[in-house]
Amino acid sequence: MTAPQIEVLLQTLIAGFLLGGLYALIGIGMTLIMGVMKIINLAHGELMMVSMYIAYWLFTLFGLDPYLSVFIAAPVMFLIGVGLQKFLITPVLKVDSILPENQVILTVGIAMVLSNLAMLFFTSDYRSTPVSYATSAWYLSDHWKGSPIELSLSIPWTVSFVFAVAITAGLWFFLTKTDTGKSVRATSQDFQAALIMGVDVDRMRMLTFGLGSALVGAAGCLFIPIYYLYPSMGGQFTLIAFVVTIIGGLGSTAGAIIGGIILSIFESMTATYLGMGWAPVDRFVVFVAALIFLPAGIVSLARKRRLGK
Amino acid sequence: MKRYLPFVILALLAVVPLVGLNSYLMHILILFVMWSVIGMSWNLLGGYCGQVSFGHAAFFGVGAYTAGIFYAKTGLSAWWGLPLSIVAVALFALVIGFIVLRLRGPYFALATLAMGEVLRVTAENLTNLTGGDVGIMIRERTWVEKIWYYYIILAVAAITFYLVKIVVQSRLGYYFVAIREDQDAAESLGINTTLYKTIALSLSAVITGLAGAFYTNYMGYIDPKVVFALHDISIITIMVVMVGGVATFWGPVIGSIIMILMSEVIRSIPMLGSAHQTFFGMLLIIIIIFLPNGIAGDFKKLKRLIRTGRTT
Amino acid sequence: MLDVNNISMFFGGLAAISNVSFSVNKGEILALIGPNGAGKTTLFNVVNGFYKPSHGDVFFKGAKISNMKTHRICKLGIARTFQVVRPLQRMTVLDNVIASAFLRAANKAQAEEIALDILSFSGLYDDRQALSKGLPLGKRKRLEIARALATQPAMLLLDESFAGLNPSELNESIEIINKIKAKGITMMIIEHHMKVIMAISDRIVVINYGQKIAEGTPLEIRQNPLVIEAYLGEAAHA
Repeated sequence: MTAPQIEVLLQTLIAGFLLGGLYALIGIGMTLIMGVMKIINLAHGELMMVSMYIAYWLFTLFGLDPYLSVFIAAPVMFLIGVGLQKFLITPVLKVDSILPENQVILTVGIAMVLSNLAMLFFTSDYRSTPVSYATSAWYLSDHWKGSPIELSLSIPWTVSFVFAVAITAGLWFFLTKTDTGKSVRATSQDFQAALIMGVDVDRMRMLTFGLGSALVGAAGCLFIPIYYLYPSMGGQFTLIAFVVTIIGGLGSTAGAIIGGIILSIFESMTATYLGMGWAPVDRFVVFVAALIFLPAGIVSLARKRRLGK
Repeated sequence: MKRYLPFVILALLAVVPLVGLNSYLMHILILFVMWSVIGMSWNLLGGYCGQVSFGHAAFFGVGAYTAGIFYAKTGLSAWWGLPLSIVAVALFALVIGFIVLRLRGPYFALATLAMGEVLRVTAENLTNLTGGDVGIMIRERTWVEKIWYYYIILAVAAITFYLVKIVVQSRLGYYFVAIREDQDAAESLGINTTLYKTIALSLSAVITGLAGAFYTNYMGYIDPKVVFALHDISIITIMVVMVGGVATFWGPVIGSIIMILMSEVIRSIPMLGSAHQTFFGMLLIIIIIFLPNGIAGDFKKLKRLIRTGRTT
Repeated sequence: MLDVNNISMFFGGLAAISNVSFSVNKGEILALIGPNGAGKTTLFNVVNGFYKPSHGDVFFKGAKISNMKTHRICKLGIARTFQVVRPLQRMTVLDNVIASAFLRAANKAQAEEIALDILSFSGLYDDRQALSKGLPLGKRKRLEIARALATQPAMLLLDESFAGLNPSELNESIEIINKIKAKGITMMIIEHHMKVIMAISDRIVVINYGQKIAEGTPLEIRQNPLVIEAYLGEAAHA
């Protein structure tokens, strides 16, 4: 391969990797919710959109850097999540109906309301948070004078990636080292057993949905510096979250990380080598393929090999 | 008395335009009947067989484009699209069914959602075939008066209504419901669930495809964003059936009237113009929580609600 | 009638069933017993066709059924009930049975005939127009059996048909089982209700931790030390 080809490949991989961390964060909230509550939330992306608007207004009105908005937006999203769970989702689960898929349809309704309200309040104009370092990048050639190829790491992309990793690590710590976190995992792995052990399942559900919403809210704050914002953008994030969740396996945080990176690199590669027009299809194709071939997620493959046949 | 209700309604619908309605009202009537057709077909797959499709726009769009592409490539009347769409959509449904029917419940729903979107993007990209974003325009309008279009779609609706009735009361219907209630038990009782789910999907798809082909001829213009629309077609379809009543004969018809009326009322209030998604979303949430089986399905609950303000 | 040969079933790395072999003779009632989680329902799922066994095979009336699809196995003559009964809720009892009767009927009229016949046989004739949703547990369990009977099976797999029944419901169900046996239909049942098992089974197979630990007549099993240990052992650890 020639130097320019290597450059393009490496750049593509780097971009994919950095964005992958963010994708993982978007998906982690959903994998938790699906794993613990077996709830399919088609409004996941809309929650991220709401958080992005929060970050946007904090930046525009108060000059607050989006990365710092995480500390405000995430708790707000947590509360919203708990509210949704308590007032909408729990009632739906109790209802007796012919169609089994009520809960999914409910979240579709929620998504519609959220995105339409955002449009009514904020118009469909594209918004962004032009931070001072938005276009800054770290160049390989600045640090390695004789480098044969040029690589650049966009600063906002890198910072987002680092934050995403930090948050994911924090989550992992919460889930494995704290009692509450362990209860969450227990409820996700074996609902009945958790009940017997005295886990307050309703509280777990609210906590999980709140946590999932907070996580995707944080992802929103990390995303807005590197992209732009408009009311109907939720859908694509929901899809990303789903693909990440399915590839990684329901309830698996490690899986979400792997899934996020795989998806992002796949998209990055196809965008570079196949062109942008077909880009949206990638995700769907990966999604359906994962549903069919990897229903238990990638982590289950690893588990199988460890236990032997 | 009840046995004659369908005939009475059909007769009423047949004579209504003869009193002389303006173009706008005819348009509303046509939309109402068309959405009844789409709703009834979705109901067969989703309400009776329990396979909830979030991507019926795919079938609508394939039907629409069959008519459109046929016209664009041959110059012959797009009305040929109607019989052609039956074949095209049936084949398409078989392929799709082979891929997604193995998925259960919500995963099936998500896969169909993906299917609708994939088709939309595909149509946008295959510009040589579909004209891409530019769409396909039919230059020669068959009739100026809307009434003939109305009678065509009304005929389709009547046939669909009776087809659904016959199917539901036959072996197929029993098998569909058995699959919906417990697929594993159904399989254990000798029902080839894959086969019957495929039949349900194909029937449902073909009827929706017919509506799509009709749409092409009636509107005279189609493009991917319109006919493969997730919100404006797939989700509206689900709402029509859910609001009206899943797994009932009249549910889709009732739901269609309500959705169309709601749509027009919201559109006519200047302030609320673009808020119809919010209202639809809220309606969906309310129906799902309080009247999950729709107006026809939860009729007793509805009466109680109106009388006492409570649902239990 | 049914030959289970060296069946093993692995899920991931876990052996749910290891090397289980036994036969069910025509016309007899074979009971599958064992502590919870021993693998009994998994065994049913293998015989029924829901799982393809990791090792071994199953023969029914001399034909290999271990890689057949479930609905074909039913057509061959094995019908099965489920632990958690889920009738077609919004349909009448009659319609519930008609749905299964279609397997052997050419049209709806025939299916209805078969269904009515089965309903009288099962003592549910008077309830035929009732919605299955409102039925008490005993009747729901009998309906489950009736639905399976409507497929005119040569062999019936009954999964915990007696669980949760009160004494009078229990007697009604036992009566049905005896009637089914009188018709010559072979049965394999999973059950925890010891008295019922001892009373109605011809032979018993005991499963623990996925392995067969005993096989014999009720009398032999009752005295088998391994069996006693398995159950007492479970009681001791519980």
